[in-house]
Amino acid sequence: MNSSSNLINALFIFVLAGFIGFEVIRRVSPLLHTPLMSLTNALDAIAVVGAIVLVGEHKSTLSTVFGFIAVVAATSNIVGGFLITDRMLKMFKSSRPADKSVTK
Amino acid sequence: MTGEIGAIQVLIELLYLIASVLFILSLKWMSSPTTARHGIWAGEIGMVLAIGGTLLNHGMSYHLIAIALVLGAIIGVPLGEVAMTAVPQRTALSHAFGALCVTLVGSAEFYLRTPDISRFMMAVLSLEVILGGLTVTGSLMAAGKLQEILPQRPLTYKGQNLVNFLLLAGALVIAVSLVLHPGARSLFPFMVLIALAFGVLLIIPIGGADMPTVISLLNGYAGLSAAAMGFVLDSKLLIIAGALDGSSGLILSIIMSKAMNRSFTNVLFGAFGQVQASAAAGEEARPVRSATPEEAAAILSAANRVIVVPGYGMAVAQAQHKVRELYDALTKRGVDVRFAIHPVAGRMPGHMNVLLAEADVPYDRLIEMDEINGDFPQTDVALVIGANDVTNPAARSDASSPIYGMPILDVDKAHTVMVIKRSMNPGFAGIDNPLYYLDNTLMLFGDAKAFVGSIVRELSGGHG
Repeated sequence: MNSSSNLINALFIFVLAGFIGFEVIRRVSPLLHTPLMSLTNALDAIAVVGAIVLVGEHKSTLSTVFGFIAVVAATSNIVGGFLITDRMLKMFKSSRPADKSVTK
Repeated sequence: MTGEIGAIQVLIELLYLIASVLFILSLKWMSSPTTARHGIWAGEIGMVLAIGGTLLNHGMSYHLIAIALVLGAIIGVPLGEVAMTAVPQRTALSHAFGALCVTLVGSAEFYLRTPDISRFMMAVLSLEVILGGLTVTGSLMAAGKLQEILPQRPLTYKGQNLVNFLLLAGALVIAVSLVLHPGARSLFPFMVLIALAFGVLLIIPIGGADMPTVISLLNGYAGLSAAAMGFVLDSKLLIIAGALDGSSGLILSIIMSKAMNRSFTNVLFGAFGQVQASAAAGEEARPVRSATPEEAAAILSAANRVIVVPGYGMAVAQAQHKVRELYDALTKRGVDVRFAIHPVAGRMPGHMNVLLAEADVPYDRLIEMDEINGDFPQTDVALVIGANDVTNPAARSDASSPIYGMPILDVDKAHTVMVIKRSMNPGFAGIDNPLYYLDNTLMLFGDAKAFVGSIVRELSGGHG
């Protein structure tokens, strides 16, 4: 079967995405480490797609129940994660207007 | 599993591809506060596309999905609206939720697929469930400690590391036997239970000051377990999201451990609380100089440059808004006020920045440790509010100190150091701080919020 080539593909993607993640996140300002964590938390909740398929396909009672709880947990992370990240980022204001008054 | 219905499947995969790109852009835009909010939009659009795409899958029944999505949103909204001081425990809780999702999906897939499962798949599935399981309970423990439902002090007992090691080994033995005999389904629940127990025991010996590292580490575990789930489900999107989250957690853990001069293993297996007792004893009656709010206000208003060093104590006393008033009052008098942020100040990475930003302190006044440390010798007043270990000069000079080698903020090099503190009790780690006995140090005894408030009153009263 082509399962081993799937595996190799998956490994390529994992390693390359890891590199991108490392390079991108290294550049995140330490100022924003808290919102970074809540944002990655929300993005990580994309695991919801796996859970949605479990619930939607309804293959067994166990898988449906587990999937249902998983969808609830992940969705609460998506909604809560984006909400709080947005709230935090709204608070970060520069003192630029104040600087103008100083230079006047 | 794939390739059954061509066109829709291709469309779904394309949507996932767009979502992956948006996720990467989302994190890229976090590099600066000016672009960061675009990042949220990118993330949200990506999420909607991915979920929308998933719902296009053939033969889905939607009503249960809809109920679950709505329920999740109902739980999610209050979690998005917690107070900023509660963000560390909220973050820990959401790591638990994320890992719960991964663990449940992994368990469901196990029962759907065994015994016809390839060895590799079974290995990845075990990894997913073990990492997920220990992250669920570990994060719940961390959240409990941060919320102070559980005792913050590290709990240690003899043979702790041996017990933890044996548990982990047990889980791995079961994983290996499942890989060899996927039909032995009755073993699976034990593996999950051991992972759950391991998560609890892993966090028991960890104290509050180590929380920034631990939260980052749990973040990394949650990401890696999601990536493992991506392998199991053959979902490239999930692998990418998990890898991004995993590398984020890993990078933050590395930054945090460096900022404490400790290794991962040291944080996880060497509870901090035990070392102190010997150091603190026998130094009772050393003289300190203290000052009143009036005196502090006079010194501050005579200064040209002031650096404020906030710590977890500021968060506990909810003093950040008073600190902003102090910043305003001093700035009005032409004093240059900046804030020195130690990477591990507070209970999670970036904690102080968020609290001060909430109190409307402009973010360009919040300066990282490496950038500001050279400025202390030219600083008139360093005002320490609720920070302790991150200002302890013993970390530079005293090789016998448990925090020796940890990078600190060099506040002792400022002309005058003022430390707001409740009493002379040693800080969280129980380590005595020689800073308090220096000739240029003034102790300001009192509650951080009340004391800063009285300084502000003095400053505004004296002026008009």
